[in-house]
Amino acid sequence: MTDIQLDPAPTSSDVLLDVENLTVGFPTDDGLVQAVRGVTYQLRRGESLGIVGESGSGKSVTSLAVLGLLPRTAQVTGSVRLQGEELLGKTEDQYAKIRGNKIAMIFQDPLTSLNPVYRVGYQLSEAVLAHHDVSKKAALDRAIELLGIVGIPYPEQRVNAYPHELSGGMRQRVVIAIAMANNPDVMIADEPTTALDVTVQAQVLEALEAARAETGAALILITHDLGIIAGRTDRVCVMYAGKLVESGSVDDVFYRPRMPYSLGLLGSLPRLDESGRERLTPIVGAPPSLVNLPPGCPFTPRCPIAQEVCEGVEPDLTPTDSAGHHAACHFHDRLIGAKPGQLFTVTSTELEAPAELEVKA
Amino acid sequence: MSDPIQTVPPADPPGRVEREFTVKERTQTQIVLSRFLRHRAAVVSLIVLALIILWAYVVQRIWPHPYDWLDGPGSAAPSLEYPFGTDEVGHDYFARVMRGAQQSLNVAFLVALLSTAIGAPYGAIAGYFGGRVDMVMMRIVDVMLTLPVIAVAGMLTQYLRGTWWVVALILAGFGWVVNARVVRGVVLSLRQQEFVEAARALGASDARVIFRHLIPNVTGVIIVQATLDIAGAILAEAGLSFIGLGVQGPDTSLGLLTNLAQEAVGTRPWLFYFPGLTIIAIALTVNFIGDGLRDALDPRQTRQRR
Amino acid sequence: MIAYTIRRLLAAIPILVVSSFIIFWVASMSADPIRQRFEGRNPPPPAATIQLERERLNFDAGFFRQYWDWLWGLVVHQNFGPSINSAMDIGGELGRRTVITLRLVLLAMILALVLAVVTGVLSAVRQYSKLDYTFTFLGFLFLAMPSFWLAVVLKQGAIAFNDSVEGSLNRRPIPTINHEASVVPEDFWPRMMDIGLHMVLPTISLALITYAALSRFQRSSMLEVLNSDYIRLARAKGLSARRVMVRHALRTALIPLTTVSALGIASILGGAVVTETVYQWRGMGDLLVNAVRDQDRYVTMGWLLVAGLFVIIGNLVADLLYAVLDPRIRYE
Repeated sequence: MTDIQLDPAPTSSDVLLDVENLTVGFPTDDGLVQAVRGVTYQLRRGESLGIVGESGSGKSVTSLAVLGLLPRTAQVTGSVRLQGEELLGKTEDQYAKIRGNKIAMIFQDPLTSLNPVYRVGYQLSEAVLAHHDVSKKAALDRAIELLGIVGIPYPEQRVNAYPHELSGGMRQRVVIAIAMANNPDVMIADEPTTALDVTVQAQVLEALEAARAETGAALILITHDLGIIAGRTDRVCVMYAGKLVESGSVDDVFYRPRMPYSLGLLGSLPRLDESGRERLTPIVGAPPSLVNLPPGCPFTPRCPIAQEVCEGVEPDLTPTDSAGHHAACHFHDRLIGAKPGQLFTVTSTELEAPAELEVKA
Repeated sequence: MSDPIQTVPPADPPGRVEREFTVKERTQTQIVLSRFLRHRAAVVSLIVLALIILWAYVVQRIWPHPYDWLDGPGSAAPSLEYPFGTDEVGHDYFARVMRGAQQSLNVAFLVALLSTAIGAPYGAIAGYFGGRVDMVMMRIVDVMLTLPVIAVAGMLTQYLRGTWWVVALILAGFGWVVNARVVRGVVLSLRQQEFVEAARALGASDARVIFRHLIPNVTGVIIVQATLDIAGAILAEAGLSFIGLGVQGPDTSLGLLTNLAQEAVGTRPWLFYFPGLTIIAIALTVNFIGDGLRDALDPRQTRQRR
Repeated sequence: MIAYTIRRLLAAIPILVVSSFIIFWVASMSADPIRQRFEGRNPPPPAATIQLERERLNFDAGFFRQYWDWLWGLVVHQNFGPSINSAMDIGGELGRRTVITLRLVLLAMILALVLAVVTGVLSAVRQYSKLDYTFTFLGFLFLAMPSFWLAVVLKQGAIAFNDSVEGSLNRRPIPTINHEASVVPEDFWPRMMDIGLHMVLPTISLALITYAALSRFQRSSMLEVLNSDYIRLARAKGLSARRVMVRHALRTALIPLTTVSALGIASILGGAVVTETVYQWRGMGDLLVNAVRDQDRYVTMGWLLVAGLFVIIGNLVADLLYAVLDPRIRYE
């Protein structure tokens, strides 16, 4: 339709979801909790983006804000544009036309995500009927088809099951099937495997891949588990204390981190691909409270290379030595070639608690 | 610094701000107290109830017209001298209502105390041990629940002559069942939780688990239920006495006053409305206080105000 | 489910036997109704009359024997035993009065449920709004109001209203006493009209007292559902706000209310006794109050059986409804 380009460079029309300077605050008794403090990212058509961070870093709140699912008390500013259309400030009815249709979401806990009093098939076909004017019979057929795609055996029978009759992994696959029901442009998966057993995690991730392959949707995968991101997303954002502190390609962030926090996260991840026996290096301390956050970089108290400037000035995401790789650290250039063990103290597993327990993820 | 990477964290410069916890830590009591104080209706109710108690127990004693003196004109409407008027034989009705409130409050407090003292341990034991013990104990509760309070209480007050403490004993005899059920429910769900299983796995005795782990966690529920008992008892006493099956003369109570006044409601309405309003005031404030306590003691509560 | 129902009803029998035994025991402790009745009569009735009366009421048998005779008579001959008032047939009287009271209780319950759902849901949806605070305060007010007091206030209001319109209408439109007119109309529709008018005030009184607790309950269960993950998913699916509210939130939040209201039958019966007293109905309430006052122990026992049966059926209905409404519950 437009001019034929031999080398389609990324243009603004490629950008599907454009989140700009998003902030979310919750008023509480102790003051305003600044859950998200100015998050900016872009998602292109068909792309997959991982968002990594500890619990409480604001990654779930960011995606709930995108879908307009936050409680009414939340104070949201900034801009969220879907294909150039501003979403913030839309009415509930306008939003309903986008949810599930253009942007779909998969939540963390499959045990509580489905309504206990309705059959799986009802809840699936309801999603279809919300956006398509088809007969109930057709919607139910689509439900069976969807259950098949996400790898649920005997979908014709399972469609009549109640949620409590299915296992956690099955239920999460039903939630994925609901998310893909209307061929959305974007799927946001918020910790889709956290509540599940390791063996089931793989099956659910497979179902997620199948759903993506079927719909061609762009994916935002939110997790605290770096192992899930690796190999599944094109780009990664690292979140800390309500802000993006590093973003770049998976290779950049995983092998050439330019922010001490990312480095620390990698150091606390047990790995099988490294030759020899690497010690785990935990990040000491806990993330800061998001009420009355002092000025400066929020990672300062836990940062091994913190200087005076870190206490006064909070760094912005700035380009680093490689293209498309951004980090929010005053000293990102000092981290070139650094290994976690050089920065963070190695735990003495023989004397203290097992390293796994120390990992705050 | 030549080394690009500093491996040792920099020493804290003096006067460094405490950065990790910018919110002051508070003790449990402070949190509960501040949550309660934020419940405006509960705070107002607490003050009003304190005034009512003061009025019923203290003002009554120093009031110039004692409740059992016949020193006023008969059937006088409310005036400055007799704020609630007088009854047909010349009792100062203000003093009568104060006296009635005192007796009704006596009933309510005793009922709450006894119901809690019997019901809470009963429910805790049933919930904690479960199985056959629970089944037998709950069958007894089932029987109690099929007994109509009005019928049994009515028969007993007739037989024992209804002084305030007899009515209180009877109401508590039925009331504890509710406390037992509530506490049992909480204990049942607590019993399944990890920290109790952990304590058991570490070899804690039953007594230790009950007293160190369960009781502290059900205290909130017990306190809230006890306040609700007070409101329930005030209303139950009033209802029983109104139909003539509760407190009997020469003793008095708010319910009995309304009973005696029901014929007069058309001609001397003050005789009926003042004790009734006092009942409502007590029950309303107690319920609000209970609501405030529930909000304050429930650890899951994080009330957001707009 | 049928097997479960039958099992539950069978299990109720021992409970009823035990509680009737307790009532019988309490009743036998109280004063001698015959002496109470004849006390102060001048001249005192002949000893033979008293003896006949004692025999009719089976007072000379031992305590356990008396109870056994009553139970036997009830089970084998469907005979509720003799009343102090020798003209009264306890079984028939209980039947007539149960119908009168039941229509009050059921209608008040329906009205209370409608009020509770409407106010509870609105309160939850508009949490912490002016509307929520108003409903909350009203709920607390009715919760704190003695049932008789509200009944008397309504009755006085109706009397004042009747007084004010009597001159122009030439009749008093709202009946304030009794459950039917002293001269019952012959034809069907006038008769229904008469019964309906007599029910207006008692039903409103009982419903207002009952709705308050249910409304508070509905508000909190609705809030719990509204904050649940599955409501979030339902919204994320793109369902309309209305559909989320009705199909997902309300449908699920009604389950606990159904259970609670079926369980609440017992307390409503208590409220009905008081309400009937105020409006001078000749229903179950009046029967009980008189029986207790006159130490008419077999009437009290019969009353207990009917009330106990209500409670047990209420509990059973609660459990069965729960199973119907919530697919997670299954009874074998």
